[in-house]
Amino acid sequence: MIVVKNITKTFGTRKAVDNVSFTVGEGENIVFLGTSGCGKTTLLKMINRLIDPDSGEIWINGHRIVDQRPEDLRKKIGYVFQNTGLFPHYTIEENIATVPRLLGWDKKKMAARVGQLMEKLNLPPDHYRSAYPHELSGGQQQRVGIARALAAYPPVLLMDEPFGALDPITRASVRKDFKELDELRSKTIVLVTHDVQEAFELADRIVLLDKGKIVQQGTPDELLFEPAGDYARNFFEDQRFQLEAGRIGATDYPALIRAFDHFRKRQH
Amino acid sequence: MDSSESLWQFMQQQSGKLLQQTVQHIGLTFISLLITVLIGLPLGIYITRHKAAARLVLGIAGVLQTIPSIALLGFMIPLLGIGPLPAITALFLYSLLPVIRNTFAGINGVDPGVKEAAVAMGMTPAQRLFRVDLVLAFPVIMAGIRTATVINVGVGTLAAYIAAGGLGEFIFGGIALNNTNMILAGAIPAALLAIVLDFLLSLLQHTGAARRRVVLTLLPLIIVGLSSFYVLPMRFGSRLLAGFTPEFMGRRDGDIGLQSVYGLHIRTVVISDAVMYKAIYKGKLDVISGYSTDGRLKAYDLVVLDDDKKIFPPYYAAPVIRRDVMQRYPELAPVLNKLAGQINDSVMTALNYRVEYLNQSPEQCAREFLVSRGLYQPARNGSKGIIRLGSKIFPEQYILTDIYASLIRGYTDLQVESKTGLGGTKICFEALVNHQIDCYPEYTGTALLAILHPPALESQQLAGNRDSVYNYVRRHFETIYDLEWLRPIGFNNAYALMMRRAEAQQLGIHTISDLAGYLKTDKR
Repeated sequence: MIVVKNITKTFGTRKAVDNVSFTVGEGENIVFLGTSGCGKTTLLKMINRLIDPDSGEIWINGHRIVDQRPEDLRKKIGYVFQNTGLFPHYTIEENIATVPRLLGWDKKKMAARVGQLMEKLNLPPDHYRSAYPHELSGGQQQRVGIARALAAYPPVLLMDEPFGALDPITRASVRKDFKELDELRSKTIVLVTHDVQEAFELADRIVLLDKGKIVQQGTPDELLFEPAGDYARNFFEDQRFQLEAGRIGATDYPALIRAFDHFRKRQH
Repeated sequence: MDSSESLWQFMQQQSGKLLQQTVQHIGLTFISLLITVLIGLPLGIYITRHKAAARLVLGIAGVLQTIPSIALLGFMIPLLGIGPLPAITALFLYSLLPVIRNTFAGINGVDPGVKEAAVAMGMTPAQRLFRVDLVLAFPVIMAGIRTATVINVGVGTLAAYIAAGGLGEFIFGGIALNNTNMILAGAIPAALLAIVLDFLLSLLQHTGAARRRVVLTLLPLIIVGLSSFYVLPMRFGSRLLAGFTPEFMGRRDGDIGLQSVYGLHIRTVVISDAVMYKAIYKGKLDVISGYSTDGRLKAYDLVVLDDDKKIFPPYYAAPVIRRDVMQRYPELAPVLNKLAGQINDSVMTALNYRVEYLNQSPEQCAREFLVSRGLYQPARNGSKGIIRLGSKIFPEQYILTDIYASLIRGYTDLQVESKTGLGGTKICFEALVNHQIDCYPEYTGTALLAILHPPALESQQLAGNRDSVYNYVRRHFETIYDLEWLRPIGFNNAYALMMRRAEAQQLGIHTISDLAGYLKTDKR
C-alpha cells in the first residue's frame, strides 16, 4: 500500500507536481495518465526517491520512505524504464540478476530465477543468457528490463512508459506477455503513460494529471462515463468510441450501437 | 668516426648501456604514470561529483601542461634538487591533465539513462562507480592514460638533464658530441617505446565489456610492475658523487679520459650543465665537469682541480665563418678580429659572472665591455647585407655574439641577425655548414674532438699545445668544410673538474690525481 500525502516538487519556477495526494491499494494497478510535462514521471520517481519532493510525505506499507536508506528502499521496488536502462556491459543474465546480486543471493538461486523469468517473458534462456543487450531487438530488451525489475520479488513495481519506445506491433506483443505474468497478480503497480489505450487496458484505477495537479482519479469506467470536467472529457474524446467499445465488450452489440450513436451525436 | 661506424654497430657496442637506459626509461615512464593515475583518476571522479571544483582542477592541470617541459624541470631543481624525484614529479604534473580530463569526460559521457537505472536498482554510490561508471567510461579513461604514457615517454628524455637517467642520455650526449648514431640510439628506442606502449594500451582500451573487469584488475599490477624497472645505475660505490654532462660522458677528453688516464672511478650521474652548478653548490653533487671560464665558478665558490696529466686540450675560442661570406664581405674579418686577444680567462669569467649571477643582459654586458675597451661605435644602420650570427645555448656564447653583433653594426654597413641558443656543437656546426648561419664562436678543443675526431695518436701529439691545436683545426676546417677560423679571442674555456672549495680543502684534493687517489682509499 502506497500513501502519497500533499506532495509538491518545483523545478526552478515551474511546479512539476502541485500538492498531490493519492493512495494505491495492495495489489492494485494504478496508471498515471497525462500529456508530457504533466508531472507523472516526476511523481513516479518520487516513490523510489530518484527525486525527493520539496514537501509532503510518502509511505509504503506503513513506513515513511525517507526513514530508510534509499538503496534499501529501491531494492524492494522494481523499476522499468522507457529506454530500458539496461547495463550495456552486463550480459542479459547479469542484467536480470542485478538486484539479487546486490542482495547477495547465492549463485544457484540467481541462475534459477533468471531462467524462470526469461522463460516467462519468452526469452529462451539457452539462447540469450550470455548475450549482451545490444544484440537484442528493442522488444526483447524491454522484456529484459521487465525481468530485471521483477527479479528480486519486489512487492511494488514502478513503470515509466515501459512500452512507449516500441513500435505498435512489438508493443502489443510485449504488453500481452506482460499482462499474462502470474507474478503481477499480487503486486502493487504504478505505471506512467500518455497512451490512453494502454491506460485502459492495464489500469485498475487511473489518475489523470494536468500541470502537476490531479484532474480526476477513478476506475477507467468512471473516467470515461463520468468525466469530472472538460479536461477529462476532452482527453478521451478522440478515442471515445474505441474505448467505450472496449469497456463494453465487443459482443454486446446493442450496447455497442448505443455507444456508437452516442459518439456520433457528440461529434456533431 | 660517424661515417665509418653504422648505427647498428654503435647500438651493438653500447647495447649494455642502451638496454639499461631503455629499462630506466620504461621505469621512469610508468612510475610517474602510476602516480598520475593514483592521483588523477580519483581527482577526475571527484570533479564529476563536485562540478564547481571541475573548472578549477581542469584549469590548474591545463596550466601545468602549458609550462614548457624544460622549464618545469627547471622549477623542480630549487624545490626538489636533482635526480629521480624532480623528474618523476615533473612527468607526473605533465601527464595529469589527460588523465583527469578523460576520467571526467568519460564518466560524464556515460548514458544518463544507464546511470539512473543503476540508482534505481539500489546500487550505492560506490557500487555505481565501480560496477557501472568506471567500467563504461573505461575506453575514454584509457585513452587519457595512453596520452599520458606517450607524453611521459617523450618528456622522459629530458630527465637526463637532471641526472634521472633514461634514453635522453644518448640523445643529449649525441647532440653535444655531434654524434648522429648516438642521437639515433636514444631517439629511435624512445620513439619505438612510445609507439609500442601506445599500441599495447590501445589494445586494452578496446577490450570488450566482458573482459574489461579483468583488465581493470590487471592494469594496476602491470603499471606497478613496470615502475619497478626504475633503478638508477650507480656504477661505483664511492662516497663522492659526480655530475657530468652528457657531452662530457662521451668524450675522450671527458669521463673516458678520466678513467683511462687517471684511473678515476667515481659514482656518476648524468646532468645538464644548466643545473649542474646549482646542484654542486647545494651539496647534491661533489664533483662536476664545468668550464673553466664559467661565471658560476666564482659565484658558488668552486675550485678547479688541476689537470696534472693534461687530458683536457686547450679550448681557445675564435669565430668560425664560412669562406663564401668572407669573400662577399671582405670588411668583415678585420672587424671580427678586433676582438682577438682582447678577452683573457679572468675577463671572460668576470663577464660570465655578470650575466649568470648578477643577471645583467648579455647585450648590456657586451656594450659596456666594448665601451671600456674603446671599441664601441654606434650602429651605422647600413643596408649592405645581413650577417647571421649563431651561438650555442650558454651565457658566454650569448655575450660573444652580442659583442660581435655590436662590432659589425658599428664598423660596417652590414646588418646582423642573431640566432642564439642553438642547442649544441652539432646544431651550431650543421647550421653553419648548411648556410643557416654565417658565423659562430667555436672552441679549438671542441672542434678537434667533437667535429674532426682525429685518430687518438694524432690528438695525443697535439696534446695541450695551444698553437698546434689551433693550426690543426684551422687547416682541416678549411680543406674539409670551406670554413675559416679567425684569430682566437684570447681565453681558454677548457673543461675542468670542479669541487666546492671547502670540501676540496677538507679532503686535501688539489689535482685530479689527488681525487683519483682519494677515491681509491674511500671505496665503500
